[in-house]
Amino acid sequence: MSDDTEVAIRRTSNRPAAVVVRQRSQAELVLRRFLRHKAAVISLVLFVGVILLAFVGGALWRYDYADITSAPSVPPSFEHPFGTDNLGHDTFAQVLRGTQRSIEIALLIAFLAGLVGTLWGAFSGYYRGITDSVMMRFVDLVLTLPLLAVAAVLTRATSGSWWFVALVIAALQWAYVARVVRGVVLSLREKEYIEASRALGATDRWIIFRHVIPNALGPIIVNVTILVAAAILVETALSFLGLGVQPPDTSLGLLVSEAGTAVSTRPWLFYFPGVFIVVIALTINFIGDGLRDAFDPTQRKVRA
Amino acid sequence: MTGRETVLEVEDLTVSFPTEDGLVRAVRGVSYDLRQGEVLGIVGESGSGKSVTSMAVMGLLPGSAKVGGSVRFRGRELIGAPDKEMRSIRGGRIAMVFQDPMTSLNPVYPVGDQIAEAVRAHNDVSAAAARERAVELLAMMQIPRPRERARDYPHEFSGGMRQRVVIATAMANDPDVIIADEPTTALDVTVQAQVLRALETARAATDAAMVLITHDLGVVAGTADRVLVMYAGRPVELGSVDDIYYEPRMPYTLGLIGSLPRLDNARRGDRLIPITGSPPSLLELPPGCPFAPRCPMRQENCETAEPELLAASTADHLAACHFSADLEGRRPEDVFAQTSVDNAGGAR
Amino acid sequence: MLAYSFRRLLVSIPVIVASTFVVFLLVTLSGDPLANLKGRNPPPSPQVIAVEEQRLHLDEPMLQRYITWISGVVRGDFGPSVRTNLDIGHEIVTRFGVTVRLIAVAVLLALVLAVVVGVLSAVKQYSSTDYGFTFAAFLFLSMPSFWFAVLLKQGGISLNNLVGDRVVYTIGERSVVVDGGAWAQLADTAGHMVLPTISLALISFGAWSRFQRASMLDVLNSDYVLFARAKGLSRRRVVVRHALRTALIPMTTITALDFASLVSGAVIIETVFQWRGLGDFLVTSVNQRDAYAVLAWLLVVAVAVIVFNLIADLLYALLDPRIRYE
Repeated sequence: MSDDTEVAIRRTSNRPAAVVVRQRSQAELVLRRFLRHKAAVISLVLFVGVILLAFVGGALWRYDYADITSAPSVPPSFEHPFGTDNLGHDTFAQVLRGTQRSIEIALLIAFLAGLVGTLWGAFSGYYRGITDSVMMRFVDLVLTLPLLAVAAVLTRATSGSWWFVALVIAALQWAYVARVVRGVVLSLREKEYIEASRALGATDRWIIFRHVIPNALGPIIVNVTILVAAAILVETALSFLGLGVQPPDTSLGLLVSEAGTAVSTRPWLFYFPGVFIVVIALTINFIGDGLRDAFDPTQRKVRA
Repeated sequence: MTGRETVLEVEDLTVSFPTEDGLVRAVRGVSYDLRQGEVLGIVGESGSGKSVTSMAVMGLLPGSAKVGGSVRFRGRELIGAPDKEMRSIRGGRIAMVFQDPMTSLNPVYPVGDQIAEAVRAHNDVSAAAARERAVELLAMMQIPRPRERARDYPHEFSGGMRQRVVIATAMANDPDVIIADEPTTALDVTVQAQVLRALETARAATDAAMVLITHDLGVVAGTADRVLVMYAGRPVELGSVDDIYYEPRMPYTLGLIGSLPRLDNARRGDRLIPITGSPPSLLELPPGCPFAPRCPMRQENCETAEPELLAASTADHLAACHFSADLEGRRPEDVFAQTSVDNAGGAR
Repeated sequence: MLAYSFRRLLVSIPVIVASTFVVFLLVTLSGDPLANLKGRNPPPSPQVIAVEEQRLHLDEPMLQRYITWISGVVRGDFGPSVRTNLDIGHEIVTRFGVTVRLIAVAVLLALVLAVVVGVLSAVKQYSSTDYGFTFAAFLFLSMPSFWFAVLLKQGGISLNNLVGDRVVYTIGERSVVVDGGAWAQLADTAGHMVLPTISLALISFGAWSRFQRASMLDVLNSDYVLFARAKGLSRRRVVVRHALRTALIPMTTITALDFASLVSGAVIIETVFQWRGLGDFLVTSVNQRDAYAVLAWLLVVAVAVIVFNLIADLLYALLDPRIRYE
């Protein structure tokens, strides 16, 4: 219904001044639909809050993540809101630091995988035929590579600095993005404006960058957003198996996995970083859901 | 036609949808009645409320819709009737044919089963008997080899054939009213006539009354007894086919006739005469006549008072226009040809 | 359809070969598989090391080692393991059984839950039920699998303490010794499976229920569902026979696509619950740089994924009459 309404509203704009209804741009419409999604808006606020807490709060907090205090293994208190570990590290400081790293890793993964996946998928879907087959077989190959094995090998070889972990995960995750983008592009390239552009003699590269990718931007943004959430979880899993970020650096995944053996004795070490992971992934997933609704309102139509 | 029993009475039907932008008033007071065996054409542009009207009659609007007024089937009030009662009416007494035959059949069931399902929804018969009836109905709809075809899936039929399957389903329970919502719009021109014939066959076989919804006055001309013209959720003209075609008393109707391609040379010149502009938003309708902004005849009071539907050329011919009397004997090109001049001058 | 599936099968063979080759290179380049042996105290004699090198084909050039492996596989020989006395072929078959049991039950559980929840959400769209289910789905989607598994494990331990008896097992895939007959065996296996299966199932449940909801909404808004209602069918019949039946079709594809991620999920779950399945096999093999063992793992998983996709294709064709003729 709301679709018809919007069309109707736009139509009224050529009426005399009796009715004042603005013509809305695409971006405005997307923003408006996003703001309608309450869970997404709340999540966005929460997510920004977590980021500020981690990056600004982490700098201001009275302990550094590497500080060793004189109070090992104390449960949460006013002095140490999240308690301390058996060496005396302040868990709150460590969680903030871990959140920074995890978010940095996830964003780097999303950026790299999004960029490579978009280009790969766009070219593959646009050219179709033999180019497409070869490019997609390569995607299949990447998808069959077990992340654990690849990460294990490469992390061992390079001592696991955080950006390298991100690079390894991105090297496999881009294939998912490529698949999605290709699917969108395959249907886009049949659209009239692409045909028209081709008929006017535009080069393939021009068409891909000026028409295909901009018009596939909605699904790309949605998928990359969800990829951020997935990346946080993948980093966690890798760190759990000892294949992710290596000490003395830390990440949320590493914190939880280090606490895995101490759940019964020092549960705060396990629960606080875990809750941070869940909150970050959950808010990003809801933001992604809001974006999906905003870009593709047909999903929300109701009739029956 | 006169003297036959009235089967369906729609009185002051209103439908509105709450949206985030406000209330969309899709139907604003539609009234008509339908006698047994009669065909009523409802004509209007998309968004004029003609489909919403029929969905309201069927009780198939989404829960968010606010429906007012009255719909009586053989004296029984249907608005607000419990779902159980509506179910026995839907498909039993009032059947419906949808616009797009490509999407109105379930892709995963054979067509025969889908017709038989409609039979069994209203009759306590065995599965075998219902299937037999389905074959019979397919045969009536001129589907070749109906017994074998009943076992085929929708994707194995052409668009025209699928629409005939839909019509067969609609006539399965010998309904009193068939509502056909743009039954030919989605089809190739070449099969449109076929489908209209099939509809007429179905109507004749069941002696049902029919509501034929379309945006194509040409379709109505050959099929309907009476025509209801709708604009912006309201009926703007109602009359017999002859009244509407030869004595239109509402500029919008006149415009529709003017934009109809014709092969005879009834009109001076060969050019079609378009109605400029587009229908108004149903969200914030101005107080006056909704057609006024596009109307070449508009006067000042058109923009302040919405005209009522009043008797025009005869008592059975109603039109909603302050100046319907002025339209007597005027042709589309007389009224609309000046439009461009008017607009160019930016007058008024 | 069958021809299409067969063609896909053929195409996947070179992909698997390429994939095993890449992984072989990675594992081989990651370090010396004999590091453990050489690091022993007292150091083993050069002869011992030379014998090991020969046994593991480490004296051959790298490409030759891969070719040795792949020509062995064709004959059913998975090559030597770094771990002496370990028959990779035999070991992986045993491990495979353990993991498949976990995945199969988890998939069934996740599917049933996802379909029920997805359909209820769609039918009651924008109700509090829908919002509740949506939140639950997103929550499971956002939980690190091992964190959730440890949570469940803790819950299991508390439950056992509360009842004062071992209701669910939190370690291992079965007890070493079980007294009693077949029933006792079955009960023991089931008791071990409860928590890991729930963990694995709920990980997939989040995404699948969302998918089922979207698919169901699509169908509920379709013309043929409206037409079915216009026939006078009951709402229940419309929802079950017309909507649900059709909305299930895309689920087969999504389940098949997710199979690979289920395997990696199983790796984590098995580690948490200390199952001796494929996951543990992979982690150990990677840690020991046991190249041939990692390759065997990859091969088994790849073949399982292909077989699973094939089943999904056939199921799809069975459910959707349009496919058979296209």
